[in-house]
Amino acid sequence: MPKTLLLVGTRKGAFVLESDADRKKWNLRGPYCEGWPVYHAVHDPVTGNIYAAAASEWHGSAIWRSKDLGETWTLSSEGIGYDDSSERKVSKVSSLAARNGRVLVGVEAPGIFESRDEGETFSLLSTLAGQPGSEAWDDPANQPPGHLGISALMLDKDDDSRFWAIVQGVGAFETTDGGTSWTPRNRGLRADWPRPHEEVGFCVHRLVRADDTRMYQQNHVGMHRSDDLGHTWTEITEGLPTEFGFAAAAHPHDRDTFYVVPLDPGHGRTMPEGKATVWQTRDAGSTWRPLRKGLPQEDAYLGVLRSAMTIDTYDTPGVYFGTSTGQVFASNDEGESWSEVASYLPAISSVEVAIVD
Amino acid sequence: MADVHLPGTLTPLFAGLPRRVDVEADTVGAAIAELEQRWPGLRDRLCDPGPHLRSHIHVYVDRERAGLDTELGPASRVDVVAAISGG
Repeated sequence: MPKTLLLVGTRKGAFVLESDADRKKWNLRGPYCEGWPVYHAVHDPVTGNIYAAAASEWHGSAIWRSKDLGETWTLSSEGIGYDDSSERKVSKVSSLAARNGRVLVGVEAPGIFESRDEGETFSLLSTLAGQPGSEAWDDPANQPPGHLGISALMLDKDDDSRFWAIVQGVGAFETTDGGTSWTPRNRGLRADWPRPHEEVGFCVHRLVRADDTRMYQQNHVGMHRSDDLGHTWTEITEGLPTEFGFAAAAHPHDRDTFYVVPLDPGHGRTMPEGKATVWQTRDAGSTWRPLRKGLPQEDAYLGVLRSAMTIDTYDTPGVYFGTSTGQVFASNDEGESWSEVASYLPAISSVEVAIVD
Repeated sequence: MADVHLPGTLTPLFAGLPRRVDVEADTVGAAIAELEQRWPGLRDRLCDPGPHLRSHIHVYVDRERAGLDTELGPASRVDVVAAISGG
């Protein structure tokens, strides 16, 4: 019977929640990575490795790796860093993508590092140099911390040379040649602020893939759908309680089903009215319905960050999210009902799921 | 031979790294280079590119705040401290 693992990145290390294919009972392991702040933890389904992007305020950024599903870990930062003479600096590693022994690492200030040896060593793959908006993230005055990182990386399911990168506050970019050249993929998105460039200046929070042609995204201003793999976008916010949020998940077997967690905008960024709710569309964003069964409906001012929601690939998919106050909620029935499977973790940055034999 | 005292946050990251290490070196930077030889990757945990000490890594030589260029005497005590952050 396969195991189902939730990889939980938190402010104080990585944790693993483990269940079987039924996904009813969960056992917690951790904390791992010596309690370093973990911004993203992912599983490579081919090698079986788990990688965790972590940034210690004392000891800098590194990628932790486990070859035994989290029982033991090593770390490496060899090659993760800009030239000593560069005004750019790596303040933290913020996003990961891994497959076939290859690891992509998104960092702040914006750049993507690559490992071809299962996370032993890394080299700079791209800074998206020359892209519209890059003058802002290359400006010494805009160096981190606090400015403009690669907040997410999304691999193509088949083509290793194609992937997408989100530059925080700038937009999404696609490469089809392994990171040599890039194209902004933000047409049709909304922005409620002045933008110096036609193609960028959008605040893309989360990008998810539904099938060969369809993507969804949660933006700073609105939910959006693309039916041409991100070339053009249509807003699908109507019917949701707010336009703001971070997290999103696309159903693995139904291209019209998509999940988001709307939050109050502004400083609060928690679930509206203190009622924990995941919203689901089953018709590609024409209508939305709240999913609340099993979620706290009173005084639950929960926040969910951009990498802290995921969905598995079982026939009846499980949906999962982690909160900024340390709860993990799980559904084994496509979001129809929920249970709290961890209650007292540190602030959660990311939740990813892995199914292993 | 400098008597280098390392923070407890560092030792779990490297197999066999003790809290106290004797190092033959003229400066703090050279001591860290020597530690890097023995435990590859250790320098990155203490230094930013530049190189300079990471902002929350403080080093004291014989109780005085030090930098990478600070010289070491034949029996200096070097304290490496993970400071300030971590709440």
